[in-house]
Amino acid sequence: MSGLKPLLRKELSDHFSSYRFVILFALIAMVSFLMAYMAGLKIRDDLAGEVKPTFVFLMLFTSSGIGFPLVQFVALFGPLIGVILGFDSINREWNEGTLSKLLAQPIYRDAVINGKFLSGVLLVTVMMLSIILAVTGLGLYTIGVVPGLEELNRVLIYLFVSVIYISFWLGAAILFSILFRSITTSALASLACWIFFSFLVPLGASALASSSSPLPGEPNSAYVVRIARMQSTLSLISPMKLYSDSAAAIVDPLRRTTAEFVQVGMLERISLSRFAGPLSLSQSLLLVIPHIVLLVGIMAVFFAVSYVVFMRREIRSL
Amino acid sequence: MPGSTVIETRGLTKRYGSQVAVDHLDLRVEEGEVFGFLGPNGAGKTTTLLMLIGLTEPSEGEARVLGWDPRRDPILIKRQVGYLQENMGFYRDLRAREMLRFIAELNAIAAREADRRIEEALGLVGLSGDADKSIGNYSRGMRQRLGLAEILLREPRIVFLDEPTLGLDPEGANRIVELIARMNLDKGMTVLLSSHDLYKVQRICHRVGIMAGGRMVLLAQTSDLGADGNQGALEELYLRYFKEEGS
Repeated sequence: MSGLKPLLRKELSDHFSSYRFVILFALIAMVSFLMAYMAGLKIRDDLAGEVKPTFVFLMLFTSSGIGFPLVQFVALFGPLIGVILGFDSINREWNEGTLSKLLAQPIYRDAVINGKFLSGVLLVTVMMLSIILAVTGLGLYTIGVVPGLEELNRVLIYLFVSVIYISFWLGAAILFSILFRSITTSALASLACWIFFSFLVPLGASALASSSSPLPGEPNSAYVVRIARMQSTLSLISPMKLYSDSAAAIVDPLRRTTAEFVQVGMLERISLSRFAGPLSLSQSLLLVIPHIVLLVGIMAVFFAVSYVVFMRREIRSL
Repeated sequence: MPGSTVIETRGLTKRYGSQVAVDHLDLRVEEGEVFGFLGPNGAGKTTTLLMLIGLTEPSEGEARVLGWDPRRDPILIKRQVGYLQENMGFYRDLRAREMLRFIAELNAIAAREADRRIEEALGLVGLSGDADKSIGNYSRGMRQRLGLAEILLREPRIVFLDEPTLGLDPEGANRIVELIARMNLDKGMTVLLSSHDLYKVQRICHRVGIMAGGRMVLLAQTSDLGADGNQGALEELYLRYFKEEGS
């Protein structure tokens, strides 16, 4: 643990006093406030007249007032938080010559990278927690709902998953900041990674799925299902997909599957809604545990790779 | 205990690919000594220092600093050795005092003791009046002195100084050289300094070694160089190797 504490403290104080963090936080807070507020208004209108609606509080996260819901917003722009916090963490110190000074102190080399990563994770936690608390407050204000115990638990798990997801991007950004000496290059690489996984993989998955199965003469349901299954498997490469699937299932107790509905006809729809009761928390969790484990896994892998690369880097090039 | 060997290398070698940076270096430095590594740029001075402090792995050979192997116990060595790197970086947003406090924390010096040492170090390097300015506004000479203050507050037994006078005006360089001499005389620190500028550092070194192409080509006591004839000889040698390296 030698040296981790002072490094962690310094990283945190650097972050908190940097304009970058202040602007980022203000932006995120503003958008999430607005979204939760609009969602609150919409929920109030929608639910007017219902006798005893369930899980109203969670709807603040899942229903879309303007554009898309909060959960989706974090899935799309959460990566940017991680990237912005991490893309220059190591190579800035390289370029300014402070890294070799740090390493000449009697501290372990991994304290440096652990300090960077942990401070980022702490910051992300603080950010997500304050967003969630703000949304809770707004919920109380706009629709006057108090979250129940189960809702609180679900939100806590949602917080955990979100922090893991953003930390994955933080780890990726730190890796690029170790690999590339130029700050511009590492920023660009992180952004490219974000665009690739968030936008291109879903597109590519559908293209690949439909091109790999020959179209039968007469489109039948088995074919459609096969394509859909393949597509959803392929898009699991994308951490965004993993995250948004698991977050949606956790925050929305009415979600009974992570698979997308292929075709829901009128009758099916009626029967679904007829028997749709909320899942219990443990059932929801069971649904997405593989997703969460995968997410934790790829985060750990990314961090482990940056750790190894950093530990083996020849100091002369630092 | 003056006279005991604190640094010893046997056949120390570092290769970067096919290029040999340090070539079978044998070196002994006694406690309380000021040893000057002289030589042109790229002679292997910095690489040697980095290997001694455990920041670079030697390709071959042995090194012992205070009896420890830098490969195996770099932390133990770093606790006793201060290292002033060439073109040292600073956190520009920090004030000098904050920077020193951070260094003290990294060295696990208790807060009260740290405050005392920081004041003392600032006084010694003549930065007491500027301690609350941010480092971004420091001149090169002031930064170099701040670097020495960082080392002073750690109270190490050995200091490695890599090109401490590089890029300083004559007055600034003199000031640094004075400080180094005092670190050795008053604090009893063993000093290993590297420079390509023979004239600036020669007078405070007890011994100098000239490195060229990764090899120690000459080792001499500066007390033997008092007479003008010898002084000229050293200079000539130095210039010869300098030229060879340049061409």
